[in-house]
Amino acid sequence: MHNKTIADISRDLAAGEYSSVEITENLLNRIKNTDAHYNSFITVSEEQALAQAKAADARRAAGNADAWTGVPMAHKDIFCTNGVLTTCGSKMLSNFIAPYDATIVENFNNAGAVSLGKLNMDEFAMGSSNESSFYGAVKNPWDGERVPGGSSGGSAAAVAAQLVPGATASDTGGSIRQPAAFCGLTGLKPTYGRVSRWGMIAYASSLDQAGTITRTAEDSAMMLNVMAGFDAKDSTCVDREVPDYTATLNNSIAGLTIGLPKEYFRSDLSADMQQQVRNAIAEYEKMGAKVKEISLPNTHLAIPAYYIIAPAECSANLSRMDGVRFGYRCENPQDINDLYKRSRGEGFGIEVKRRIMVGAYALSAGFYDAYYKKAQQVRRLIRNDFVNAFNEVDIIMGPTTPTPAFKRGEKTADPVDMYLEDIFTIALNLAGLPGMSISCGQVNNLPVGLQLIGNYFDEGRLLNAAHQFQQHTDWHLKTPDLKNQADI
Amino acid sequence: MEWEVVIGLEIHAQLATKSKIFSGSSTAYGAEANTQANAIDLGLPGVLPAFNEEALRMAVKFGLAIDAEIGLKSVFDRKNYFYPDSPKGYQTTQLHHPIVGIGHIDIELEDGSSKRINVTRAHLEEDAGKSVHEGFNGMSGIDLNRAGTPLIEIVSEPEMRNAKEAAAYFRKMHSIVTYLGICDGDLSQGSMRCDCNVSLRPKGQEEFGTRTEIKNVNSFRNVERAIDSEIARQMDILEDGGKIIQETRLYDADKNETRAMRSKEVANDYRYFPCPDLLPVIIDDNYVEAVRATLPELPDAKRARFAHSHGLSPIDAAVLAANRELAHYFETAAKIANDYKLAANWVQGDVSATLNRLEISISELAVSAEQLGRILQLIKDSTLNNGGAKEVFNALVEGKGDGSAESVDKLVDSLGLKQVSDSGAIEAIVAEVLAANPKLVEGYLATPEDKRAKAIGPFIGLVRKAAKGVNPQVVMDVLQKKLSEL
Repeated sequence: MHNKTIADISRDLAAGEYSSVEITENLLNRIKNTDAHYNSFITVSEEQALAQAKAADARRAAGNADAWTGVPMAHKDIFCTNGVLTTCGSKMLSNFIAPYDATIVENFNNAGAVSLGKLNMDEFAMGSSNESSFYGAVKNPWDGERVPGGSSGGSAAAVAAQLVPGATASDTGGSIRQPAAFCGLTGLKPTYGRVSRWGMIAYASSLDQAGTITRTAEDSAMMLNVMAGFDAKDSTCVDREVPDYTATLNNSIAGLTIGLPKEYFRSDLSADMQQQVRNAIAEYEKMGAKVKEISLPNTHLAIPAYYIIAPAECSANLSRMDGVRFGYRCENPQDINDLYKRSRGEGFGIEVKRRIMVGAYALSAGFYDAYYKKAQQVRRLIRNDFVNAFNEVDIIMGPTTPTPAFKRGEKTADPVDMYLEDIFTIALNLAGLPGMSISCGQVNNLPVGLQLIGNYFDEGRLLNAAHQFQQHTDWHLKTPDLKNQADI
Repeated sequence: MEWEVVIGLEIHAQLATKSKIFSGSSTAYGAEANTQANAIDLGLPGVLPAFNEEALRMAVKFGLAIDAEIGLKSVFDRKNYFYPDSPKGYQTTQLHHPIVGIGHIDIELEDGSSKRINVTRAHLEEDAGKSVHEGFNGMSGIDLNRAGTPLIEIVSEPEMRNAKEAAAYFRKMHSIVTYLGICDGDLSQGSMRCDCNVSLRPKGQEEFGTRTEIKNVNSFRNVERAIDSEIARQMDILEDGGKIIQETRLYDADKNETRAMRSKEVANDYRYFPCPDLLPVIIDDNYVEAVRATLPELPDAKRARFAHSHGLSPIDAAVLAANRELAHYFETAAKIANDYKLAANWVQGDVSATLNRLEISISELAVSAEQLGRILQLIKDSTLNNGGAKEVFNALVEGKGDGSAESVDKLVDSLGLKQVSDSGAIEAIVAEVLAANPKLVEGYLATPEDKRAKAIGPFIGLVRKAAKGVNPQVVMDVLQKKLSEL
């Protein structure tokens, strides 16, 4: 039962193959028995999940079932869930029971989905390896010594370990696409403004976007159907019609023009990685797509710009974690400054502190113009690169990451080395564009991700292209050898 | 040395929106602590602001009222600082692109002249909560009911030259925002608060002296007193050859002195940057014109109309126009009586005296404008004399009336105040009085013609004593006639 996709489960439930309670119990047991190995869940909400499953079964019995009724899934712990611990992977929120639901959580609840719990992540979504979580590192189901990617490492590991068929995730600089690539999965980061940010704990507000990690593009489309749409509670959410993303999955992609940015196929990208990605492009050509080399000349500026803008925004966003109204508070504060300093000093991990300090510095008097303002100008250049490119091509493709999953501890000593992990993914967040990662090959038995970049609000075309690839190849069906890991 | 005083004011006015600037919580004053603070006001993780457009409309209205440039694109910024009553760790405000740009108002000086004071800008921002220091065993409590209440901060140019001008400016701003209905103007509840920047420089010097800022002064009188005491303090220091330290000070009204707030070791760096959760606010000329169409008659226009169309003195016109409700009361009564001068005398006389005595506002006065208008009508048609009118007015103040104009007539009847204007009846009384006071009559007749107007006074008093409620004008006429016949 556990190796099924969301679409499979939806069909099976409709056909009466099993009940929502049955599959929910099955997955809960699986989590109980095996997740100690992956550490993908922070909170398992068993009681709530079973109640939702029972309600879903009753709804089905009453003849009111939809595609999502009774389908299990789980949320990244960055999304507030009413009455459920919501930690964002931090000691700071290790006692925070959210009093409200994020809009997308509410959407899934209303759709009848069953939430199994909350998934591990890098602390406040800052990281590319899921090693910065207060709740411990997450292991990659393909190789227990390797990282699952980050910051949505729990979402990716849980789906790869077949604990859930799909999970919500969030992406500020690659936090959906990179873990999807490392775990052989399908990751979707929608256009900025496509999905409400209400209730998603902010890291960098102008870059954060909620999305999905699933095994197939079809499942991503099903999830996006639930998540996308206008929300008056988020002023940056765009009021624009939401198409049925599953309706266009089977469109032909003959004639599709694929742009290959020469900056993404650099000489320092390993020959193995290049080969896997080129093979995938060749696959597309076989399906009738045309390929065109393009240039995104400001690609090299993406990481420096990102590491000004994201820390600057986070330095303000995380100020509310002050120990006054909620969250972690130090013991016996002597006065208000002591309370602030020790609560934040003890509550935040090292990477979070590093970014708050970088951000505060970049915004400080006398430096604003040189850093923050300049970074915003660079951001416009990067956006223009893409706007120009999309005048020539329909979709852009390249590697999601420079390497497959690396080992835990390999990059923790050098933050910049870690930051370079996101070299191909970060520019999309700066531009606000939608992107996907789909599994397109393997290097040393580790999955390799192909990144698909679409024009604004062109998620339908991305999902169509990803789905067509998955109809012609079977990389997305490859799963890690879970048997050896399960008996712990 | 001769010193010149330089004063600039920053006024915070709470906008009278029903809900907060970025959340749906109520802005009503006086609720139990933290009952009007939702997840957004508490700054919980994951919440986002949604801008209340009513606050925008009010700010634009203000901008138009002071003839200011309206920011067609205004941008919210985050001002970062830690304080327990600032739940997010930053205040959402407008730094570089305020909704209201350069404007001006005219203030009236004591000598009757007016002076133009330029307004640098006015921007939208959110109010903070309140720290409560009593009742928590040495710790502090936080009440976030006020957090997120919309404010406009109105920044003046440093163009005031003494405390009276500053107080006049504050009063004028108060008058404008209450006229516009965008602020309830209740100083005691902190609806309007004033920060006063004060510096001195040798007369003739162009460069400004070092200034101090007196925070949160909340009455017109205290603005004047606080500034005067700060001027005196600075002058003492400068005369002694000392230097003014740039600092924030608080005014202690009981001691009538300002004192330094705990000084910060280093200046705050607020690390402003545009708030990524809020889009720039874009409006167009159509929007601005639609708001302009809703502007009421403003104090200056009303004052001019009172003076020019209704013949009031400049001072009367200014006093009556300063408060929108009082002006409305006055105009209503004046229209009914068809006599603006009479109404002006009453509103500035008995009405104002009563308001001061009872410490109430015009809206709380038991005498309606319609009732006052009726009283004035009755004075004009000689049904009431002045004493009778005052008696009716006071009876109404004490609650003997139902607000209707008819109740004035009933009171006049029941109190027996209708004055006697029947000249036949008055002639008989006059004849009696003259007969009973031959010596007085003799004295009068001995008075030269040109001084007789004054000498007639005692007769009037005697007639009115003999018959209450007689019309003094008729008494005068009859007396003159009778005396001239002797």
